Amino acid sequence: MASSNIDDMGKKAVLQNYLSLDPKDPKVQVMYVWIDGSGEGLRCKTKTYNSVPKSADELIIWNYDGSSTGQAEGKNSDMFIKPVALFNDPFRRGNNKLCMCEVYDYKMDKAETNNRKSCNEVMEQVKSSEPWFGIEQEYTLLDRDGHPYGWPRQGFPGPQGPYYCGVGSDKVYGREIVEAHYKACIYAGITIAGTNAEVMPSQWEFQVGPCVGIDIGDHLWMARFLLHRVAEDFGVIVSFDPKPIPGDWNGAGAHTNFSTLEMRQPNGLVEIEKACNRLSLRHKEHIAAYDPHQGEDNKRRLTGKHETAHIDDFSWGVANRGASIRVPRQVAADKCGYLEDRRPSSNCDPYSVTEIIIRTVVLGE
Amino acid sequence: HPKLNYRMDLTMALAGSCKTTLNRYLALEQPEDVIQILYIWIDGTGEHVRAKSKTVYSEPKSHDDLEEWNFDGSSTGQATGSDSDVFIKPVALFRDPFRCGRNKIALCETLDKDGKPTGTNHRAACVEMMERVKEQRPWFGIEQEYTMLTDAGRPLGWPVNGYPAPQGPYYCGVGANRVFGRDVVEAHYRACIYAGVKISGTNAEVMPAQWEYQVGPCEGIQMGDHLWLSRYLLHRVAEEFGVRITLDPKPMPGDWNGAGAHCNYSTVDMRTGEKGMEAIVGAIERLKLKHKEHIQSYDPNNGEDNKRRLTGRHETSSINDFSWGVAHRGSSIRVPRQVDRDGYGYFEDRRPASNCDPYMVTYMMVKTTLTCDHSA
Repeated sequence: MASSNIDDMGKKAVLQNYLSLDPKDPKVQVMYVWIDGSGEGLRCKTKTYNSVPKSADELIIWNYDGSSTGQAEGKNSDMFIKPVALFNDPFRRGNNKLCMCEVYDYKMDKAETNNRKSCNEVMEQVKSSEPWFGIEQEYTLLDRDGHPYGWPRQGFPGPQGPYYCGVGSDKVYGREIVEAHYKACIYAGITIAGTNAEVMPSQWEFQVGPCVGIDIGDHLWMARFLLHRVAEDFGVIVSFDPKPIPGDWNGAGAHTNFSTLEMRQPNGLVEIEKACNRLSLRHKEHIAAYDPHQGEDNKRRLTGKHETAHIDDFSWGVANRGASIRVPRQVAADKCGYLEDRRPSSNCDPYSVTEIIIRTVVLGE
Repeated sequence: HPKLNYRMDLTMALAGSCKTTLNRYLALEQPEDVIQILYIWIDGTGEHVRAKSKTVYSEPKSHDDLEEWNFDGSSTGQATGSDSDVFIKPVALFRDPFRCGRNKIALCETLDKDGKPTGTNHRAACVEMMERVKEQRPWFGIEQEYTMLTDAGRPLGWPVNGYPAPQGPYYCGVGANRVFGRDVVEAHYRACIYAGVKISGTNAEVMPAQWEYQVGPCEGIQMGDHLWLSRYLLHRVAEEFGVRITLDPKPMPGDWNGAGAHCNYSTVDMRTGEKGMEAIVGAIERLKLKHKEHIQSYDPNNGEDNKRRLTGRHETSSINDFSWGVAHRGSSIRVPRQVDRDGYGYFEDRRPASNCDPYMVTYMMVKTTLTCDHSA
């Protein structure tokens, strides 16, 4: 914990005095959020505006020092950030905003880790199919020293079993962060669909969706930013690593639920089966798009154990959590609905994931 | 150790839990015609701000409504004991974000008994210079970097007896292992907005526990006034959190970034259509010829402080050489890529140290680029 001679309660009380200041000449603080050169990390900085923006289009394209985020050299360092989605700011409240941005280089070409641009183009192409997505974002809470939050020092909790959707101070660690994050997301305007405690202690999940097209990427990235920021207030670290603890402990994924207009119509199950067949032919390409390191991160997680399918094999089945694709039992019964791709890693880029799903299933690439 | 425990208890008592008690008193109704004015001024170091309060009996509408006051200059390195009175003359008025209500903060110039500016009062000369060049409407924006320290003088959040992981993930970062002290930043931002300071943004910086905020765009003398006020607010806000602020330009030697006060600058000519770039390049060429003089004015110790920071590494240019480039963060002057594309705008002088006097910096900037004055 950062040392200072004032305890946390005191700090928050003092901060509150300033956050409740009522200026005669009110300004709007807009925090720009973007993805850095790692493809996983988020950065942010704030700009004062004189009036309340109604949409991201009203905000100016700004810039930052790309040589400090692994995206440019010092001698040619300016990178541009273009606001693409606007949200309410649950930390600063009032009229203050958060905006998700796309990153461009000095020639106004997209930055290497800007996967949103091509995703957006593809989503525009397939608008008439009305693609819906819902992503189940798993993550792990860690203490400042990297040990899972709440785990005993120099040791381990009892084996997995009692923790999934658990209750009790011996079953779940960090619920205060989950509750705070859920409310923050609702306030911000993110389509957060639910939360639950996960199989490994200190592991949690929240779901974002159903979102149409490009929205899923925007909402999921902003939800991740809110999670890091909320946890910061609690002095806890969030890890999206897909296998934070080796051994007999679950990894973390970002299972992606997907449907098109046709899959949702009566007898849509036929379309779902067609989709699974198309996906079976492009397993390698999808695995390469399902984490920021061409599948290297997922190798540690997709072992065939702990409710995963092995990274080398493609399979699909109804209610099968050991398969690459699971078709929910309810969907099989209704003969229409959606499918769940269980392969994406928790640190995946949702723009990359949703783009390749559309390319394979809808565009038939 | 009983004595140590007492001191710790007292410290804790002065911190968190007593804020509730203090707030009871701050919430007391204050009569309309009883106002607290905080007079603030720059002391004899040219780096630090002092302040004292006075009650007045009607709400001032501008700094002109306030009387000149005075203080003991022998206690601030500004006078000798035998002739110690130094005068403080209000020059700018702001709302007080600590006392709120109708209470005010008055930024002051320090004058000797003959009404002349004291040694570290660089504002007087700056006002005159800005008057001379006012046709060109010089605009400034300064990026104030600073470092947060614990009361033991160590950067906030750094492990005891150790160092954080190397620079890389901290710039504009989020997360409890990436940024330390965000509460102070948030509180300061709001305090500045309330006070009427033109704060235009904030971000976490490259070294952990290092932050930046920007003040501007301000025209002429306003830049110095707003920046000094914002620095006072920063020290004062941090005080409430038990955190120390340093404006030292190289607080941690080694592979850790220093802190600067990059000064963004433009004139009417630079901001206009086709002639913009020509005016920008012209100004830069003039700055090139006065590199040494500017370096001497860019920290309060004639360039000695900046020697530790301007090494040519860590996104700085070397103190001995003048250079400029588009989007180049390793040169003395950077012309933003956006400006290069538009053909007009502004440029960024990356040389000033974080503890510079903005009156001196802005004075030199307009003197060199807009006048033919070769005097010191």
